[in-house]
Amino acid sequence: MKAIIRATSIAKEYPLGASQNSYVTLRESLSAAVRSPLKRFKANQPAETIMALRDVSFEVSSGEVVGIIGRNGAGKSTLLKVLSRITEPSSGRIELYGRIASLLEVGTGFHPELSGRENIYLNGAILGMTRAEIRQKFEEIIAFSEIEKFIDTPVKRYSSGMYLRLAFAVAAHLDPEILLVDEVLAVGDASFQRKCLDKMEDVTQAGRTVIFVSHNMPAITRICPRTILLEAGTVAFDGSSPEAVRRYLGSGMGTNAFREWKNIDDAPGNEIVRLCSIRVRTEDGQVCESIDIRSPVGLDMEFEVLEAGRVLVPNYYFINQEGVCAFGASEHDPEWRRRPRPTGRYLSTAWIPGNFLSEGTLIVSAAISTMDPVIIHFFERDIVAFQIIDSLDGNSARGDYAGPMPGIVRPMLTWTSQFTPSNSSPKLGGSTI
Amino acid sequence: MRTIKSKGQGQALSEATNSANALNDQTHRLPSLVLQASDEPLTVIEPSGTWNAINLRELWTYRELLYFLIWRDVKIRYKQTVLGAAWAIIQPLFTMLVFTLIFSRVAGISSEGIPYPLFAYAGLLPWIFFANAVTTSGNSLVVSANLITKVYFPRLLIPAAAVGAGVVDFAVAFVMLIPLMIYYHATLTLSVFLLPIPIVLTVLLTLAVGIWLSALNVKYRDVRFAVPFMMQFWMFLSPVAYPSSALPQRWQLLYSLNPAVGIIEGFRASLLGQPLKWTNMGISTFVTLGLLLYASLLFRKMEKKFADII
Repeated sequence: MKAIIRATSIAKEYPLGASQNSYVTLRESLSAAVRSPLKRFKANQPAETIMALRDVSFEVSSGEVVGIIGRNGAGKSTLLKVLSRITEPSSGRIELYGRIASLLEVGTGFHPELSGRENIYLNGAILGMTRAEIRQKFEEIIAFSEIEKFIDTPVKRYSSGMYLRLAFAVAAHLDPEILLVDEVLAVGDASFQRKCLDKMEDVTQAGRTVIFVSHNMPAITRICPRTILLEAGTVAFDGSSPEAVRRYLGSGMGTNAFREWKNIDDAPGNEIVRLCSIRVRTEDGQVCESIDIRSPVGLDMEFEVLEAGRVLVPNYYFINQEGVCAFGASEHDPEWRRRPRPTGRYLSTAWIPGNFLSEGTLIVSAAISTMDPVIIHFFERDIVAFQIIDSLDGNSARGDYAGPMPGIVRPMLTWTSQFTPSNSSPKLGGSTI
Repeated sequence: MRTIKSKGQGQALSEATNSANALNDQTHRLPSLVLQASDEPLTVIEPSGTWNAINLRELWTYRELLYFLIWRDVKIRYKQTVLGAAWAIIQPLFTMLVFTLIFSRVAGISSEGIPYPLFAYAGLLPWIFFANAVTTSGNSLVVSANLITKVYFPRLLIPAAAVGAGVVDFAVAFVMLIPLMIYYHATLTLSVFLLPIPIVLTVLLTLAVGIWLSALNVKYRDVRFAVPFMMQFWMFLSPVAYPSSALPQRWQLLYSLNPAVGIIEGFRASLLGQPLKWTNMGISTFVTLGLLLYASLLFRKMEKKFADII
């Protein structure tokens, strides 16, 4: 099949710290020039840079639907930005054999003061539709968004749900040959997400070429036959989606249950706190990927506080294979509750009781936050994973039933039973025989 | 879709790919333009050199977006204001009154035989458009950071749209000129047909300065603070409140290097029937076009870093 995207060894280099302090003032430039006047004449000055992408090559055939996964900072967003021409690659070449539209966010360019109708035109034009195209699809867009009544109301009076529906409705009616989609599905309520996913599937069935970046592993395996796994800016795997997801969850230390950052500067976090390691373990301290449903599961989070004086709350989110968040949990050790932490290394352990979770894989995301004011120091998705195994010997909540059991939790309930025998005149029968 | 979801995942997936394949087979069977066109890449993304030409053809394909951006700016400018578009008139009108009081009554500046209020208003019209549009245009990229980091289109449209929206204010303020001219019994001469030249030059000069400042502003946020000063100085270096004939002869040539000189004089002269100073107009045209070319090229050079540093 004919290639519609051909990317040849693309690389993207950012000056280090470009994300913070991104702009300079004239004074800084001048003082830098005064301090080292010869700097600009020195050839090949080893400037501090970070390679967000290096030697990334791939081809996408017309009509293919390709997923892109990877950890935070692996280069997914950079790749999308390069493909959609928002930023230039530092080297390499990309050939596009079709009209491209990127959907890096829903509602780009929406103006709160304008009405829904006006925003449809504005947003459509920004996403690359012509006026005639928008006019032609206008009724369809309004119908899809389900906000006919409010179409002439300024969008600043919309609820966040209405706003999202309208924004997605415009995006869903884009008609390019290549569509780049970034995690737009991560927003909105469950029913809206389902609607978006359905629309995505429609789009893929229409023979459109789609590149889909997501953290939602079930969505990736459902929509994309092929997935590219990015690791530290390079293509670590390019092939079938289930295999890519397996490798993604398994990347790190060979086990899904343990991850560690040896160099604190690369670790998730900021100047206040950095993550050192996360491990899933059993009660006797063994790192373990598969845990019996009846045993408690321990999650160790090791972190280093670099700047004293803040209340820090480690927390976890547990997501199952279907992408459903089973629950979230914050540390509530009374010793550190509402108490600023001195610098040093901490080990915080959460215990999930035995006989609580249902069997299956759980993917853990970890974060450390401050509540007042809310600061998220880091939020690492899909950091470790483990499996709960329900042995079939009858001692768990499933009893002797061996079939598939639905549900996110499988607690051992306290069952009591009362017995009343039939024919409640017992003495009589006994005596007659 | 809902029916497919009730089936197994794998099955749904293979169905999806099958139908995609079927569609592709169809396009392959047709000896269509689509296939011929796709022998040549539609777009090639490569690191570009330091200086790039201005891609006029691309700008042309995005003309509708330019229209929508101007339309947006015009729509939202006077939202939630009591006086609305009247602000476009109030600004030059009140400045004119202040100028009349200070420069005409107190300082006794001559206005070449034209009633001073009319003289000042005719100079303030292009100047206020220029000053306002340069200010909004200079901030336009920074204000549109969310667009720049999320979607591609030629970035030149952003400062250009800000200038375009200023033209609408200019037109509104222009209408106020009519009662003023009637009141002061000013008569139109044939030279009014030359009016489009200084107007087009004003827009081009505004574009040049706006584009230049907007690009600098992305990298150096000092621009935001420098522009109001710059505009104030520039106004006193231009014949807005006084005629250029007020300057000694030996300064005239240096003075006319300021492109606003020829433009404002030309605007006033063609409107009020004074003789046009073609040399000054020529110099202004030359300087304006040069500035516009330089600003656009600089913009193109800095453009590729916008998304990374904004």
